[in-house]
Amino acid sequence: MNLDSKIPSGAIGEKWVNHKFSTKLVNPANKRKYKVIVVGSGLAGASAAATLGELGYQVLCFCYQDSPRRAHSIAAQGGINAAKNYQNDGDSVYRLFYDTVKGGDFRSREANVHRLAEVSCNIIDQCVAQGVPFAREYGGLLDNRSFGGAQVSRTFYARGQTGQQLLLGAYSALERQIGLGTVKMYTRHEMLDLVVEDGRAVGIVTRNMVTGAVEPWAADAVLLCTGGYSNVFFLSTNATGCNVTAAYRAYKKGAGFANPCFTQIHPTCIPQHGDQQSKLTLMSESLRNDGRIWVPKSREDAAAIRAGKKSPNDIPEADRDYYLERKYPSFGNLAPRDISSRAAKEACDDKRGVANTGFGVYLDFKDAINRLGQPKIEERYGNLFEMYERITGVDAYKEPMQIYPAPHYTMGGLWVDYNLMTTIPGCFALGEANFSDHGANRLGASALMQGLADGYFVIPYTLGGYLAGLGLASAGKNSPESPAFKASLEYVKERTSKFLSIKGKRTPRSLHQELGHIMWEACGMAREASVLEKAIEAIPHLREEFWKNVTVTGSGEELNQQLEMAGRVADFLEFGELMCRDALARDESCGCHLRVEHQYPDGEAKRDDEKFAHVAVWEYKGDNVTPVRNTEPLTYENVHFAVRSYK
Amino acid sequence: MSNEGRSYTLRIWRQKNRNTPGKLVDYKVTNISPGSSFLEMLDLLNEDLVAKGEEAIAFDNDCREGICGMCSLTINGIPHGPERRTTVCQLHMRKFEDGAVITIEPFRAKPFPIVKDLVVDRSAFDRIIQAGGFISVRTGGVPDANAIAIPKDVADVAMDAAACIGCGACVAACKNSSAMLFTSAKASQLNRLPQGQAEKDRRVLLMISQLDKEGFGSCTNYGECQAVCPKGITLDHIAKMHRDYAVASFKNVFGKVL
Ligand SMILES: Cc1cc2nc3c(=O)[nH]c(=O)nc-3n(C[C@H](O)[C@H](O)[C@H](O)COP(=O)(O)OP(=O)(O)OC[C@H]3O[C@@H](n4cnc5c(N)ncnc54)[C@H](O)[C@@H]3O)c2cc1C
Ligand code: FES
Repeated sequence: MNLDSKIPSGAIGEKWVNHKFSTKLVNPANKRKYKVIVVGSGLAGASAAATLGELGYQVLCFCYQDSPRRAHSIAAQGGINAAKNYQNDGDSVYRLFYDTVKGGDFRSREANVHRLAEVSCNIIDQCVAQGVPFAREYGGLLDNRSFGGAQVSRTFYARGQTGQQLLLGAYSALERQIGLGTVKMYTRHEMLDLVVEDGRAVGIVTRNMVTGAVEPWAADAVLLCTGGYSNVFFLSTNATGCNVTAAYRAYKKGAGFANPCFTQIHPTCIPQHGDQQSKLTLMSESLRNDGRIWVPKSREDAAAIRAGKKSPNDIPEADRDYYLERKYPSFGNLAPRDISSRAAKEACDDKRGVANTGFGVYLDFKDAINRLGQPKIEERYGNLFEMYERITGVDAYKEPMQIYPAPHYTMGGLWVDYNLMTTIPGCFALGEANFSDHGANRLGASALMQGLADGYFVIPYTLGGYLAGLGLASAGKNSPESPAFKASLEYVKERTSKFLSIKGKRTPRSLHQELGHIMWEACGMAREASVLEKAIEAIPHLREEFWKNVTVTGSGEELNQQLEMAGRVADFLEFGELMCRDALARDESCGCHLRVEHQYPDGEAKRDDEKFAHVAVWEYKGDNVTPVRNTEPLTYENVHFAVRSYK
Repeated sequence: MSNEGRSYTLRIWRQKNRNTPGKLVDYKVTNISPGSSFLEMLDLLNEDLVAKGEEAIAFDNDCREGICGMCSLTINGIPHGPERRTTVCQLHMRKFEDGAVITIEPFRAKPFPIVKDLVVDRSAFDRIIQAGGFISVRTGGVPDANAIAIPKDVADVAMDAAACIGCGACVAACKNSSAMLFTSAKASQLNRLPQGQAEKDRRVLLMISQLDKEGFGSCTNYGECQAVCPKGITLDHIAKMHRDYAVASFKNVFGKVL
């Protein structure tokens, strides 16, 4: 597998500038001859489709929802980072770069991260020009807040709805291009295969989710902007439809899959209420700016709370353990996510957890309310408090919130080079779908930044370089009638009929739930060789059970949500195994990936830079054949290896 | 809070597709936890149906956090159901008494044709945004974000309007199937901001003309839309849009806008 990352030469601050200059351009008049498929309309897809349409390419954009505005980026609450230094608190491009490399625990690519920090400022300018109503101060200028893993305030936000506002900005740019005819939008279309011909991506096959029609789409390049795969855990903060299907199809067609086990477990989610639960809800990390996290010091108090005999407000200050403040005095409640999540797990494993299940800790606003007054807290987080009350029935102005970690974001994804191209020429991956910039742990408010950086400011340049290299003669000439397309169509249709023909006894959802349970135990917050090995054995059995005993009602020629679910679950059932293999092979701890065997006495992740300072890139070798693990070595010329310390 | 399972009779709209007439069908669900959401209850019903080999009930949903605007059920005659400022996906069963009979229908409106069961086609909303719900800027080449100060109160009202999730409850609640609350929320957000001034007149004229083309009715100030809006969008935005529209139409008579 060719893993040439194509990092441009030169000093870190010059690479992107040089690269933009040396990349070939497509002449404005020729752009319309090229067809580009964009799968996904989240921050990455919508910004890419709108910008490429505006540049003059013929763009086809797909999403599975009924409108591009509903992509799961909409759910991001907290904010977006940018190195504007409007607060004059010492921020800079270099500091954002540094924080991101360190936050990722030295498992990301320096050059990509630096580029991300460079374009971060342009993103905020762009969004403001589009009418995104970011929070402002009385003087009329933009407000900022701080987020985990940083000691400066560089996060821009729009109440607790930052993702929504950024996505609606990108969506309106996209709709404008649709109106102008440069982008054709296909909603309720699910991509079910990537078509590769002569080693290049030439298009996709989709299923029209309303009519069931399976259709081929040819293009000169395919951009996968299909989001993350946290739903492999069944319960996560992702939307019902979030899936790994598009990325996994690309993997099966030869795209390397990088670091699949790097999944972020977000520390502040509402604890699970019971077995009927279908998803977990995130409470924005921004709450940690003003909320203090604690559990009772004693197991007895915790037990009394769980039994409903005591309420949190009965526990005096002296009997509370503000464990993040205790263990990480300089970052306190704003310690990075992986560290905060593990600390919550430790407290609950120590039987000091609250919530009826024992898997919950408190996030308390009492001090902030006393200091700032309730109106200020309402202004900052009102909608989050309302959401909390709707879900739990508890008023968090009066009683602390209960939170617990939940799967949330996936740093792993399709391997891409500096140009965001996967190992299949012509197939690019943007946003959460690629493995890119966050290493083994993503800092809060950096995913929105990365999605928009990829779509607005990176791909418009790097895609041009690829297309110019193809030459004009072949532009727009790939045919959906070719044998490669015929084979893909056949494959998708057969798979669909197979799902419908099994007529067994298990629902897709119940199998998904079972997989989720295995994944959470084996590949969740703490991982251990023996447990991973068992999961690698168990998952193929579950997969077999699926293919023998699943039941999918209805037909393929209509809207059929059970059929859609079955397809996604079938892919998760293969992908989950790959994640466990990756977690097992990475015999070290780093960032989110804590191998129980490798930790410092205080429970911190113990990296092994000698053996594992690399990206693990998995190569598909056939169904039920062990995939091959390739590596891309990582070198650090600017930020030097150090043990992360947030103390 | 009691944790015992509750039982309900659900009266659900079933319709094979746009061209086949639909009807209400009764289902029983039991053992529902009060902490479950309304959609989790429907998930469980679907699990039962599928296990029996019957076709699952189709309903739109995605984020289940009240923000994507995909869920769209009319519960006991009210779009998004009885709890104020709450989407169906955020509605929890503790709000429904044990044994209750609950009627579940799609968002009904002529411009939202039924696709299947409880799923409707709301693509008309996208076309309204296409008509003018944007500020025409190219990627890159824009001024620094702090170049234009925007008074906090203006930014705050723009944000109130921008909170719309495009679910269509406003249309489903309106006797006239008017989409004025949805349209005015976007127009009001953009027309208030300094960045949106250049296209202010064009924007309202084009968006309203698209509204008419899509077959939405006119606004006669019933206010039902505001009552059901899960995001608390208010009628003030409609008033603002009417004013902006009057000005723009007047200018347009003299051929200065479109
Ligand atoms: C609850 C929550 C809160 C968050 N808060 C923050 C935050 O405050 N700050 C921050 O920086 N990040 C946050 N994140 C992370 C961030 O929101 C996401 O990583 C980011 O928005 C992903 O954007 P995307 O464009 O890559 O994917 P998405 O927005 O998920 O879009 C995926 C797109 O792909 C389409 N798609 C997927 N599969 C297919 C298929 N097979 N066929 C066709 N189309 C398909 C979908 O329809 C959709 O349009 C949060 C995430 C969650 C879940
Ligand atoms: S499912 Fe997203 S708003 Fe209800």
